[in-house]
Amino acid sequence: MISIDIEKSLNSHNNLSVLQITQEIPAGSITKIYGPSGAGKTTLLKVIAGLAKPEKGKIRVNDITWLDTENGISLSPQQRKVGFVFQHNALFPNMTVLQHLCYATNDETWIKQLLTIGKLEAFAHQKPEYLSGGQQQRLAILRAMATKPQLLLMDEPFSALDPEMKTELINDLQYLWKELATTVLVVSHNPQELKGIFQRAILIKSPVAGA
Amino acid sequence: MDLSPIILTLKLAAITTILLLVVGLPIAWWLSKSRSIIKLIIEAIITMPLVLPPSVLGFYLLLAFSPQHGIGKWLRDVFDVQLVFSFPGLILASVIYSLPFMIGPIKSALQQLPPSLAQASYTLGKSERQTFIHVLLPNIRASVLTAATLTFAHTLGEFGVVLMIGGNIPGVTRVASIAVYDAVENQDYSSANAYSLILFGITFITVISVFVFNKYKAKSPLE
Repeated sequence: MISIDIEKSLNSHNNLSVLQITQEIPAGSITKIYGPSGAGKTTLLKVIAGLAKPEKGKIRVNDITWLDTENGISLSPQQRKVGFVFQHNALFPNMTVLQHLCYATNDETWIKQLLTIGKLEAFAHQKPEYLSGGQQQRLAILRAMATKPQLLLMDEPFSALDPEMKTELINDLQYLWKELATTVLVVSHNPQELKGIFQRAILIKSPVAGA
Repeated sequence: MDLSPIILTLKLAAITTILLLVVGLPIAWWLSKSRSIIKLIIEAIITMPLVLPPSVLGFYLLLAFSPQHGIGKWLRDVFDVQLVFSFPGLILASVIYSLPFMIGPIKSALQQLPPSLAQASYTLGKSERQTFIHVLLPNIRASVLTAATLTFAHTLGEFGVVLMIGGNIPGVTRVASIAVYDAVENQDYSSANAYSLILFGITFITVISVFVFNKYKAKSPLE
């Protein structure tokens, strides 16, 4: 079970507003996060990953406290070790596809399996600048999965994929998530995306103004 | 023609550049991470040699390391080291004087990298040090080369600081820029011309090699 209760100020367009979220997410579930632009969806993922600090709040993941501002507990991103797919991929320009995965894990069998799932075997020695938008996005997903994270956070992860590739990749990923009991949180703007796949949906409304 | 000033200049520039790479990379990384009043003050101090007359910097270094008082006296009494009018003194002065040329371009390049690169590395469980070595540093290679070249070229042309702290001791502190000045003072224009031409040639080759290396990768060293 993942329990989230946070309060984080957002500074968008010079208006100070507050993101408030209280949620209980069952372990091993797939949750879609949606809402208007600027509502704080990406910020929520970053707070969970330990990449942004909220003013107040608690996050517990599988009975381990990741964050408790009252008691001064805040695990580092390295300790939380979530899988994170960034909105613009955040691939390392100096590394090839294979080097990205080797940087994340030493498990060669797992790396081969990931390359097959992402259909990137033929591009293993290419750097991101020589990959298409869809290939880059697949690599970002594979890299996030490489550490076999218990919690996977994905920010618009399928936006550059064609429908056929998306369906195939999501099917393969679903199988992996089930096998690894991964809890998945996906931010998506597309109402049709992940239809019939996610078990829960969280609407993040426009943040409360005037903190 | 006595080539020792040229050799001494190249030796000084090479040692200064290597030392500044070792010292400058971590300082630039630290300065690039976030802003605080302390960092702003330190950055201002590091930038001072860019605007301060070299003779002023040299004068204060001369006072600070004079064996008669302060740090200079302590260094002489405890370690038997004299920095004034010595080659190690020239190195120290050059390192301080060229600090902004090494740190500025590297810090700026680090700040231009998207924060998500380091964040992606952290979520993979990598420490800040691992992230710096494997992710950040390889992606600012062109800027590091530019910074090292600027530092090297700048050290080649040092005059005021070097003259103040090192004087003009042949084979010890008499670098090429001082040899040029000395030759002109003695109306030996052919030696002055020879030293100047060699300095010009070395500097030109150094700078053009960066332009060639960075042709497709980075901005010109002047941007």
